[in-house]
Amino acid sequence: MLVTGRVWKFGDNINTDLMQPVEAILKPVDEQPRYAFSANRPGWSDLVRQGDIIVGGRNFGTGSGRPAARVLLQLGIAAIVADSIPGLFFRNCVNYGMPALQCAGFHASVDEGDVIEINLGQSRVTNTRTGQAFDGTKIPEQLFRLMSSGGVFRLLEREGFLEPEAAG
Amino acid sequence: MAMTMVEKILARAAGRTAVKPGEIVNVAVDTTVLIDLNFYHGYWHEFKKIADSERVVVIFDHIVPPKDLQSAEALKRGRNFIKRFGIDRVHDVGPRMGISHQLIADEAYALPGSVLACIDSHTCSAGAFNCLARGMGNPEMVFITAKGTTWFWVAETIQYRLEGTLSPEVSAKDIFLRIANEYGDHANYNVEFVGSAIAQLSLNARRTLATMCSEISVEFVVFEADSKVVEHVRARTARPFEPQFADAGARYANIRTIDLAAIEPMVAWPDSVVRNSRPVGEARGVSIDQAFIGSCANGTLDDLAVAAQILKDRKVASTVTLIVTPGSQAIYAEAVKRGYVETLVAAGAVVTSSTCGACAGLHMGVLAAGERCITASTRNFRGRMGSPEAEIFMGSPATVAASAIRGEIADPRQFIGGRG
Repeated sequence: MLVTGRVWKFGDNINTDLMQPVEAILKPVDEQPRYAFSANRPGWSDLVRQGDIIVGGRNFGTGSGRPAARVLLQLGIAAIVADSIPGLFFRNCVNYGMPALQCAGFHASVDEGDVIEINLGQSRVTNTRTGQAFDGTKIPEQLFRLMSSGGVFRLLEREGFLEPEAAG
Repeated sequence: MAMTMVEKILARAAGRTAVKPGEIVNVAVDTTVLIDLNFYHGYWHEFKKIADSERVVVIFDHIVPPKDLQSAEALKRGRNFIKRFGIDRVHDVGPRMGISHQLIADEAYALPGSVLACIDSHTCSAGAFNCLARGMGNPEMVFITAKGTTWFWVAETIQYRLEGTLSPEVSAKDIFLRIANEYGDHANYNVEFVGSAIAQLSLNARRTLATMCSEISVEFVVFEADSKVVEHVRARTARPFEPQFADAGARYANIRTIDLAAIEPMVAWPDSVVRNSRPVGEARGVSIDQAFIGSCANGTLDDLAVAAQILKDRKVASTVTLIVTPGSQAIYAEAVKRGYVETLVAAGAVVTSSTCGACAGLHMGVLAAGERCITASTRNFRGRMGSPEAEIFMGSPATVAASAIRGEIADPRQFIGGRG
């Protein structure tokens, strides 16, 4: 699975409440994305384009179980690369089908606006501006399959556990 | 192969003789806790079938009683689910109401040596009972409810050895803030707490420490099941359980010793607890508009007791709103019986019914722009308790109570113990 896109750069300890503020979590699903990062980057949700990639620092996605990964998918984010991603946010990425790669040290080598290429299957990310390539933490096959095939809702609908509906 | 506590619990749940860091293990989930949020629009998925109603617990906690139509509809959806699938272990609005992690502890849903799943990030709270518990997010809770299984990516473990004696005016919250300040985030690491000082910590104090580990992004946190834990659980459930202890020679990424005698009251500055706390003296004089004691971390009877002790025959400053939210209605009732509620109300506190409430910025204590709060709850992210332009400092219930009296962040040792 190859993803190429323009980078939005965020720092260390970016939390789920910044991605999906409390005023957004109980709004109708379609209205939630515009609040993303409104506290730390006002106006960002209007600037982000389909296929863009977020590069975070350490501990990207710390915090709550709220569906912040889904909000970023709704905004068109195609993948997340961060120096480290805590378990809860990583699980939400896997289960919503958001490609997410942990790659220690990559953050420092990227500028906002760079175009990067991620080979998720090989857990490798390349900065096309500098040509520099990094190997991230290898994503186990079982998780890679779930992450790259749209997550758990489709799986559960296929297997007859859920009434079919749009993933939420 | 010698294993850590976490590895042994995972191995048991996976039906394997051993697991090691880096592996994916597929496990049966022993206890599945659904809360009101699972039944909200945007979260809820209609099930055709579920794995096992005997393993499911339903607890309404985040917005109870319902504050609006949307909340009311979510609870109704939850009640339909409970009825349709015949769920017995239920905590609806009423006398059995409470914050899920408090009830998971008090009702012994957290069985030593078992695996427990819930949507909420503070589910790691149950680690105080040697239970491998964590927040999962909504899609995964739907998956686990349907299939009864999940996967874990086995992480390395950091062991904390707690030694020495804690001063009476210092609490588990201060221990946590000290660890978070010194060692930063623990993303992709498990944490085990052991050591001679654990025995002196109440189950409530251990749970505060375990709950707060969510704030440093641990994968799992577990304590050993000592006699206190085993007696607590045996007195409350007939379900079988098998505590797990680390093997001699288990491999740790790091072993760190914390001397509890050296810890003083700590305060976290707004937005994060990661490397962001200092001794309370350095925050002295910071004025506050709101003070909050509650949540799954600090709504215990111990927390209400220390607040009442400090506030007895004193008054909350006229410029401060003090909100106290017991962790469960059972705790509330006991606090009434012991006179804590009378003391708190006489001092000027607002004591609310049990819910996540102000901690999650959802209702009963939301902050406006420009307001400053000191909280004994779980989380101080920007915007967590309301406006992103509000500031959230964090301290122990004692520090919060002392600050409420002074109208500014204050050292609880002025009111109890130590220096007079």
